[in-house]
Amino acid sequence: MREKPSVSQAEAWHPRNSLLELKHELIGLAGVVERNVYLTRRYIYWDLAFFVWTVANTLTIVFIAKGIEASGGEIDVDRATTTLLIGAVVWAYLGIIFEFLTETVAWERWEGTIEYTFMAPLSRAMHLGGSGVFAVLYGLVRAILLFAVVAAFFGLQFDDANFAAALVILIVASVSFFGIGMMTAVLPLISPEKGAQLGFVAQGMLLVVSGVYYPVEVLPGWMQWLATISPATYALDGIRASILDGASLGSLWHDIWPLLIIGAACIPLGLAIFNRGEVYAKRHGKLKRSG
Amino acid sequence: MKELSPVPPDALAVETHDLRKEFVRKDRDRGKRRVAALERVTLAIARGECVAILGQNGSGKSTLVRLLSTLLLPDGGSARVFGYDVVREDKAVRRLVNRVSVEASFFKKMSPSENLHYAARFYGMTPSETSEQIPAILERVGFPPDRRTEPMENLSRGMQQKVALARALLTSPVLLLLDEPTTGLDPRSKLEVQDFVREMRSVHDSTILLCTHDLAEAEKLAERVGILDRGRLLALEPAADLKGRFGADTLEEAFFAATGRGFEDEEDELDAEERKVLA
Repeated sequence: MREKPSVSQAEAWHPRNSLLELKHELIGLAGVVERNVYLTRRYIYWDLAFFVWTVANTLTIVFIAKGIEASGGEIDVDRATTTLLIGAVVWAYLGIIFEFLTETVAWERWEGTIEYTFMAPLSRAMHLGGSGVFAVLYGLVRAILLFAVVAAFFGLQFDDANFAAALVILIVASVSFFGIGMMTAVLPLISPEKGAQLGFVAQGMLLVVSGVYYPVEVLPGWMQWLATISPATYALDGIRASILDGASLGSLWHDIWPLLIIGAACIPLGLAIFNRGEVYAKRHGKLKRSG
Repeated sequence: MKELSPVPPDALAVETHDLRKEFVRKDRDRGKRRVAALERVTLAIARGECVAILGQNGSGKSTLVRLLSTLLLPDGGSARVFGYDVVREDKAVRRLVNRVSVEASFFKKMSPSENLHYAARFYGMTPSETSEQIPAILERVGFPPDRRTEPMENLSRGMQQKVALARALLTSPVLLLLDEPTTGLDPRSKLEVQDFVREMRSVHDSTILLCTHDLAEAEKLAERVGILDRGRLLALEPAADLKGRFGADTLEEAFFAATGRGFEDEEDELDAEERKVLA
């Protein structure tokens, strides 16, 4: 049995003992990842079912390229198909990131564990960070599988593609997506009933201004301005350039530096917004189980 | 960051002064108004003491537990746990406190073992520590070894509550908050929980705040018994003194004399009240 902690050991958690504190925080972060591994294992058949749904949904979008050709339009079908496929994969990836982060609160509330988690001595940054790390790893696996399955379905060839560069762009963009995801994760704290669904609204708003299936240039001026501050714009642009044209990381710097800056701003902003939401929930008694 | 002063060895386990919590209540007829869940509660619990708080549904027991476990912010007054303020030094408080409540609250698809691993990580316990300690603790609370890998949803309420006790024991809380831990349990499970409370005190030197409906349980386990009624702490003293003060033979009679109402009276009404007020 664990050695009994003395009252003075509470001070071991104080920043004066920063190395021990960091160790405990990282163990806590790993605990969230570990829990999500357990849950994914338990719900694996549901995940397979949702994957089939995602593939079907992606096909409905990607077939549009062939539809235009069949209607008499003159387009490079393979290039248009790949452009749409990348948009659909980024959409699905972003959906997974937002879903996991939003469920950090929503799922725990549904299971009734929310009070135990929020009264544990783990910083909210590490708590949400654990959800974010798992979401990125799981999302990458799902995105790669989705891309491979749909590309194989259409028999797409990628002789010149630079997949490594595309992966790096997606990982760099994930930092920003994580920050924005923290902002959406606060919604179930404020509104236990409808908050989780509002995460989908944020996902849609982000992608609609970012040129998910079309060039940003076709958008109205005010939406184009919003596109410049959306990390998805640079992610889509960089991934398309690396897969369609084989662009190297060096030549994608114009996409990478905005992603780094937006990411650096989104993480502290997301955390600050979540902390405000947590204070609101504690003030109004919303930090409790439902059902 | 601010440096914390060393904790005085004689610090009280729990100390509240004029602690107050209100919730906004929306009513179609009367509009939005604030309703007090706790009104100027002042109490002190010494280290190693077991204090029981009696009260009907909606009396403020759970609100008190949530305030002490940093899940709610007070609207007035102060609360300290071993000298740490629950608002300003919440992380230090969280390190010292754990809780067992009426609902076991676990991830239902995960096994007892997986749930405990998850909970322990938040307290900085490594996989090697938990691999060794979780089987030992589950054995200690009488959980059958062959059911450790079953999903929680397959377990009875009594079994789930044993896992909840194991979760509390695993993190070795210096202050254990028990919020109706035996409500709805069969007599045997109830006795096991009561044994657990005694062990937490005798072996682990924990301080215990027990909120309960069970008057006999309160009398058996606690040195002092408090009566919380509509958010007000009417009394906090040894059960014998409480009975003596009201000239009562039983705690139930003392409760009636203190509040003007029986323990079971108006429960439905107050239950509905609580749901509205605390929603």
